[in-house]
Amino acid sequence: MTDSPYRIQGATGEWEVVIGLEVHAQITSQSKLFSGAATAFGAEPNSQVSLVDAAMPGMLPVPNGECIRQAVRTGLALDAQINRWSRFDRKNYFYADLPQGYQISQLYHPLVGEGSLLIEPEDAAPKTIGIERIHVEQDAGKLMHDQHPTRSYVDLNRSGVALMEIVSRPDMRSPAEAGAYVKKLRSILRYVGSCDGNMEQGSMRADVNVSVRKPGGELGTRTETKNVNSVRFVMAAIEHEAKRQVAVIEDGGTIIQETRLFDPDKGVTRSMRSKEDAHDYRYFPDPDLLPLELDEAFLADALASLPELPDAKRARYEGELGLSAYNADVLTADVETARWFEAMLAEGAPAKAGANWLISELFGALNRLGKTIGESPVSPRQAAELVALVGDGTLSGSLAKQVFELMLETGQDAGVIVEERGLKQTSDTGAIEAEIARVIAANPDKVADYKGGKDKLFGFFVGQTMRAMGGKANPGVVNDLLKKALE
Amino acid sequence: MSVDLATVRKIASLARIATSDAEAEALLPELNNILGWIEQLAQVDTTGVEPLAAVIPNHLRLREDKVTDGGIRDAVLANAPQAEHGFFAVPKVIE
Amino acid sequence: MTNLTDLGVADIRDGVAAGTFSARDVATAFNAAVEQGRALNAWLVETPDHALVAADAADAARASGDLKPLSGVPLGIKDLFCTKGVETTAASGMLKGFVPPYESTVSGKLLNAGAGMLGKLNMDQFAMGSSNETSAFGNVVSPWKRNDGGNAALAPGGSSGGSSAAVSARMAPGATGTDTGGSIRQPAAFTGISGIKPTYGRCSRWGTIAFASSLDQAGPMARDVRDCAILLEAMSGFDAKDATSLDLPVPAWEKGLSADLKGKRVGVPKEYRVDGMPPEIEALWQQGIAYMKDAGAEIVEVSLPHTKYALPTYYIIAPAEASSNLARYDGVRYGLRDLPDGANLQEMYAATRADGFGAEVKRRIMVGTYVLSAGFYDAYFTKAQKVRALIVRDFEHAFTQCDVLLTPTAPSAAFGLGEKSDDPLAMYLNDVFTVPSSLAGLPAMSVPGGLDTQGLPLGLQIIGRALDEQGVLNAGLAIEERAGFTARPGQWW
Ligand SMILES: [Mg+2]
Ligand SMILES: [Zn+2]
Repeated sequence: MTDSPYRIQGATGEWEVVIGLEVHAQITSQSKLFSGAATAFGAEPNSQVSLVDAAMPGMLPVPNGECIRQAVRTGLALDAQINRWSRFDRKNYFYADLPQGYQISQLYHPLVGEGSLLIEPEDAAPKTIGIERIHVEQDAGKLMHDQHPTRSYVDLNRSGVALMEIVSRPDMRSPAEAGAYVKKLRSILRYVGSCDGNMEQGSMRADVNVSVRKPGGELGTRTETKNVNSVRFVMAAIEHEAKRQVAVIEDGGTIIQETRLFDPDKGVTRSMRSKEDAHDYRYFPDPDLLPLELDEAFLADALASLPELPDAKRARYEGELGLSAYNADVLTADVETARWFEAMLAEGAPAKAGANWLISELFGALNRLGKTIGESPVSPRQAAELVALVGDGTLSGSLAKQVFELMLETGQDAGVIVEERGLKQTSDTGAIEAEIARVIAANPDKVADYKGGKDKLFGFFVGQTMRAMGGKANPGVVNDLLKKALE
Repeated sequence: MSVDLATVRKIASLARIATSDAEAEALLPELNNILGWIEQLAQVDTTGVEPLAAVIPNHLRLREDKVTDGGIRDAVLANAPQAEHGFFAVPKVIE
Repeated sequence: MTNLTDLGVADIRDGVAAGTFSARDVATAFNAAVEQGRALNAWLVETPDHALVAADAADAARASGDLKPLSGVPLGIKDLFCTKGVETTAASGMLKGFVPPYESTVSGKLLNAGAGMLGKLNMDQFAMGSSNETSAFGNVVSPWKRNDGGNAALAPGGSSGGSSAAVSARMAPGATGTDTGGSIRQPAAFTGISGIKPTYGRCSRWGTIAFASSLDQAGPMARDVRDCAILLEAMSGFDAKDATSLDLPVPAWEKGLSADLKGKRVGVPKEYRVDGMPPEIEALWQQGIAYMKDAGAEIVEVSLPHTKYALPTYYIIAPAEASSNLARYDGVRYGLRDLPDGANLQEMYAATRADGFGAEVKRRIMVGTYVLSAGFYDAYFTKAQKVRALIVRDFEHAFTQCDVLLTPTAPSAAFGLGEKSDDPLAMYLNDVFTVPSSLAGLPAMSVPGGLDTQGLPLGLQIIGRALDEQGVLNAGLAIEERAGFTARPGQWW
């Protein structure tokens, strides 16, 4: 870990980068924020659109309680202030993906106020990033530009889907910090269950605000790069944008506050033509909706429903379960891994051995198979059984690997495979001694070398004996008997 | 505070209402007349007064998270000036 | 036999139930009146078949003993209410040809209660106007004429001018209206009929084309107070589809009617004595006060100090909300689209909206856009919402001293078509007495109080506490019984 700050090297010296992120996270819900239409991904165009979503004359919004609850839970998970009194405002602008001519959002009185998020970027010190606010708002529809030479097509399936906009303070100073922030935020959202964090499907995307300044100097003018949809792109967009700004300033130009787009193919940001005109959104309280007032019972329920969060879980894995810092970190980074691990423990797997097995064996196998832990062909119960068979000496490490491969292929339980294929480890000293005698007899020169001081050859004898035993010999017993035989 | 012709054009543009020069000039005195009249509100002492949030005391009801709507594409598109392949069609937008 | 079109809602309901006449005969008579009254231009769409189908259902229901509260009653529906399968335009070129695939909650409740629909009523475009002259489909002509021997065409009031004209001309026994700043009460006053705007939230706004969401309320317009009570009962009620709907049971207003005001205090707000008010309006007001005393009420003078600021407050808030509510009319999903050659999306919006909206609608959108724009929001909109809070407080304070308020409905009788249409401000001032109660969301009603020297009707307004429609209706009934208003326009059409 180093504390050397991230700097852009310009012709006039070093520049510091100042970064703030606005993350739009789709709230997990069956129906939309203000209508009863479904939110499922990938439906036929305009099939998940109500008259409200299409802004037909006289249609009115009615808020979805679950979306409010999930945003409150998210706020609580980020140690944020929950505002008992909030309200919805209209953000007015004209665009083909915005049927009402306004987005229902929250400007003046957001649901969630100040909070914070601890990030631990690789190769840098942990840091607390301020959360300025979280507000709830509607998503827009989708415009398709490639279906017709002179027309764009409008699909309103996403129109009205609930989003949380999570706004950070401009506290980040490097692409790595921004990357760590997005990862950690996604981890927490997934723990809480308020957003699936799926950036490819657009259920989480970031608006990246970047400015540059001489270290410690006055804040520069920022640009906002919209809808960046992966951690890698967030980092690349910042790097490009910061360098671009330094070049502009050092060339005697000025940065204009503008909206930009990131082009992932070229790795560059560019000005967004369609959003060029200075916006005047004319925010005002939505007169179709009343103030949103939350009572103590609603907040208490939301709080009680929160799961153990990744930082707390990691501390417990280290403290109570005695896992290494590394293992605790790996197992808690993603909620599905932690759930899987805890299911294994519930099936009786010992913590340390279970953790090691999961991280080395299961992750390795899933990697090879291109599957997520949720798609694992082996269940936590099966895994617990396998680890137990190693623990009680039934299986050696190498036998366990063989059994695991067979489990992945057949889906059978470890015990069944061991029984049917006779893969049980043996501690039968008679059989092992017989094989040792044979190995010693076949290698007189090596025995002489060993006795002459070449200690390293001990491994050779272990390997020969194990091979002769078909891998089933208990390695501890083999060690003991070999030592005796070679004395 | 009175508006000038440039402001009238800016408002018309924000409101997406195409306005000819003659129309803008005709609107100018009308708007200034109305705005001058509503500015008498400045006389009212509103120190310590919260802006009205709800006309009749009432608070926001929250609905259950259930799918109760959608699946009515034909009704949604029925009045569209131009609908193709299940989409609304608009002049091509360049982003 | 009486002329069936002379009957009101209660008479028709009771006559059909008693078998005095058939619902079909009633519908047929009104359909004919609608056809004969085309010179008034009160209807944008005539739906005689709809009225007949409902009438036949009513006659069948009578035979089987399944009568509903409004079985056999044909009604006019203001064109602001979306009606399933029937063109709904809000009297704007913007929505020409728009056929809603849905029925507004209010019109749906009336139809479910057994009413039939005679047609869709003309109005000021998007309910913006006080004379019905902003309709894209020609103004409505009031059935009333001055008694000066001249033939001047008069305004039926607005925005519910088609409703007021249709009811006063006996083309419908009752009609729906909507009231944002007086659009039920002022046209009722101009045409010698009754109309009530209930407490904000009593009638669902779902499916009613929005003008200004925090002010819009539906209500009935009919020939007397009882008919208003009957229709309001059918129109009101909680609707989960409107977040501002009041979750309260609907009182039995018709049953609760009583013209006995003993023990009631009637407030007379001194600030409603405005500069330049015609002596005839003042005289009418005094007459109303006398009626109230006669009905047993005690009269108290009260003060509503912010009255003079109500109109400017309204003309900030209503246009602001409207500028946003009407942003959806963009030529993409329904209604007019104007796509000049080579125009891009934003140019299409601007052309469509320039073409589709009338001058008054554009004027209000412009004002609303301006007062919300960067740098002006606090000075205009926030300030207006603060003054609005003070106006609400004024009423709350007054209602500690009285049960209802009595005022004139409008500062004049019906004016001539074209008399005020060149001067927006003069037109706005016509709503001076109706706007304050709209800003406060209070129930308010206009009942005919008498005729002026030109033989034109004048209305008295009663304003009640929130949710006290009963108190308003009862005070209205007390006036109605004493005023004995029977004047009606001569049938010149
Ligand atoms: Mg943003
Ligand atoms: Zn946003």
